[in-house]
Amino acid sequence: METKLQKAYAMKNKEDLKFKSSEGLNEELVRKISKDKNEPEWMLKKRLDALRTFNEKPMPDWGPSLEGLNLSKIYYYMRPNAKNNARSWDEVPKDIKETFEKLGIPKAERKVLGGVGAQYESEVIYHNLKKDLEEKGVIFSDCDNGLKEHEEIFKKYFMTTCISPNLHKFAALHCAVWSGGTFIYVPKNVKVEIPLQAYFRMNSKKGGQFEHTLIIADEGSEIHYIEGCSAPQYTESSLHAGCVEIHVLKGARVRYSSIENWSKNTYNLNTKRAVVEEDGIIEWVNGNLGSHTTMLYPCSVLKGKNSKSDYIGIAYAGKGQYQDTGCKVYHLKEKTSSTVLSKGISVNGGVSSYRGLIKINPGAINSKSSVRCDGLMLDNKSKAMTFPSMDVHENQVEVSHEAAIGKVGEEDLFYLMSRGLPESEAIKLIVSGFIEPIIKALPLEYAVELNKLIELEIENSVC
Amino acid sequence: MTKILEIKNLHVEVKGKEILKGINLTLDLGKINALMGPNGSGKSTLVNTVMGHPKYVVTKGKILFNGKDITKLSPDKRAKLGIFLSFQHPREISGVSVSKFLKTSEKELNPKFSFSEFKKNLKEKREILEISENMTERYLNVGFSGGEKKKNEILQMLILNPKLIILDETDSGLDIDSLKIIAKGVGEIMNKEKCILIITHYKRILEYIKPDKVFIMIKGKIVLEGGNKLAEELEKKGYGWIEKE
Ligand SMILES: Nc1ncnc2c1ncn2[C@@H]1O[C@H](COP(=O)(O)OP(=O)(O)O)[C@@H](O)[C@H]1O
Ligand SMILES: [Mg+2]
Repeated sequence: METKLQKAYAMKNKEDLKFKSSEGLNEELVRKISKDKNEPEWMLKKRLDALRTFNEKPMPDWGPSLEGLNLSKIYYYMRPNAKNNARSWDEVPKDIKETFEKLGIPKAERKVLGGVGAQYESEVIYHNLKKDLEEKGVIFSDCDNGLKEHEEIFKKYFMTTCISPNLHKFAALHCAVWSGGTFIYVPKNVKVEIPLQAYFRMNSKKGGQFEHTLIIADEGSEIHYIEGCSAPQYTESSLHAGCVEIHVLKGARVRYSSIENWSKNTYNLNTKRAVVEEDGIIEWVNGNLGSHTTMLYPCSVLKGKNSKSDYIGIAYAGKGQYQDTGCKVYHLKEKTSSTVLSKGISVNGGVSSYRGLIKINPGAINSKSSVRCDGLMLDNKSKAMTFPSMDVHENQVEVSHEAAIGKVGEEDLFYLMSRGLPESEAIKLIVSGFIEPIIKALPLEYAVELNKLIELEIENSVC
Repeated sequence: MTKILEIKNLHVEVKGKEILKGINLTLDLGKINALMGPNGSGKSTLVNTVMGHPKYVVTKGKILFNGKDITKLSPDKRAKLGIFLSFQHPREISGVSVSKFLKTSEKELNPKFSFSEFKKNLKEKREILEISENMTERYLNVGFSGGEKKKNEILQMLILNPKLIILDETDSGLDIDSLKIIAKGVGEIMNKEKCILIITHYKRILEYIKPDKVFIMIKGKIVLEGGNKLAEELEKKGYGWIEKE
């Protein structure tokens, strides 16, 4: 049974592009992207340097196999035939608007959001922020515009101290071909009470999407930002290599939530990182349901004393899927604290693994970290694993780690079925119990959506 | 008399080993029955097979419920027909509250499910069993004491309102007060449209729930069948007496 939302995910629009690069990547294309965007010289140079780094760096040889990803077959840059950053949905081409409508974006904007950005292929085709937030000095735009209008901020923060292009091969790739994404600046002491959301949609076959998210929460400010993503299914692989950079300045608080639901032919090699200053808080909520292969390890660098990172992650791996996710935290200063709660579900031969790192530097006294990562396999064909690392260089700290890998048991199923639940309902109930600690920690609208998505996935794989 | 359950020449294997060796047993509507026998004789195997546990393989014979052959039905279908098993060892299901679980199964079993009715019913049944609201919001059997688990089974029984009620050592390890509460719950549900099969080692519970019939099982066979008195005799003389005969 296909639901409305699933239909929306699967919807393919006719390709209507202003520009489509040829397959593969070269210097000429990087220059073209930069020129199209009218970028300052330093950004072009940054892109070209990153391209070299990308070409030099080897593919990651740990974790999931990337053999099915043919980097020379990807279309790295595709400009939709649409206005950039339209402020009204009426200015968005009909088919694109319909896609976002089916994904529920304009409706959510009217009801619960303070602002929305919508990216289609390489460009942001809609962007809007509520008036009162604008008046408070909140900036919410795509990164192309952000760079034009706030060059100094970009010089200081764009792929510098948070995610360096040298971090790994796909961070370098991202830096070379990035396009669109989100730029948010929240002024000192401004508390944005309702969330801002961006939605990234890929439509074309063999597409690549490289949106950049740069969030700067100035001292004492607060923001909740949500990202959603999806793409229709093709037989050839597509690539998503986004970057999310979050700067949490002194005493600020950022909640970053995302549910990624890429199609099952997408390689999702995403990089997310936050640098947190004194008394700052970063909260990650990370849901990974779709994609062929995901490698994603949101990272918090707790740079200021008394800063904090909370991570909640959930991954679902169905047939043919490999979800390799986890959280990394670097405790650099005293009294920093982190919590990690991760739940992985695998079914129908899917593989879900938790790969995380807690590093506590010498001198980070009175720091605390607690990690809990669990895996649940719904059948014998599937796999769940955990690779948590602890690298602790300070004695005066509190660190705890718990992991449990389990399989839906025959006895549990029998117990539930003996009360009238068909097998699929019994499995759903067990899974809902497994992810309950996560659902409980989420805001209501989110919890409902996530629960629904997982139930749908289970229905598709066990019924 | 209407037969509700008929077990005919039932042979059951677990992991290739034959445990039940030709069971014949008939239960009548409106009656209370007791099944007794030493540990390991196959009582739980029998009732799990009646409920449809996939591990217990029927190699010969059949099970009829209201005249219908249910030998191959899945457990949920049997529950829908009105069979209920109070587990000897109820499972712990983390993250699922008792009330959520009850609501989910009641929805499956009752086509006319209404949430407000359900809530009212749950409160009423909780009160009969002296179960606090707090307990039905806890995760199913997780961290429950032995007595709480058994009470919770009886709560499920009262809510789901089955026709054939099988209690597998529901009385084991209970103190006298809990035992009385459970007997009260069973008394509440019993009427002439229902049938109870109670597995026990002790005569104690049979003082509260008086059986019409007692079956004795030894080594995978029903060796003796009798009236109420049989339980008393057994308590006095032990199983050795039967085995000798
Ligand atoms: N799931 C099982 N796996 C292996 N052996 C079992 C299983 N269930 C029951 N048995 C065996 O079957 C026999 C009968 O057990 P059971 O039905 O539990 O007896 P009772 O309930 O009368 O104490 C015992 O020898 C027991 O070891
Ligand atoms: Mg037993």
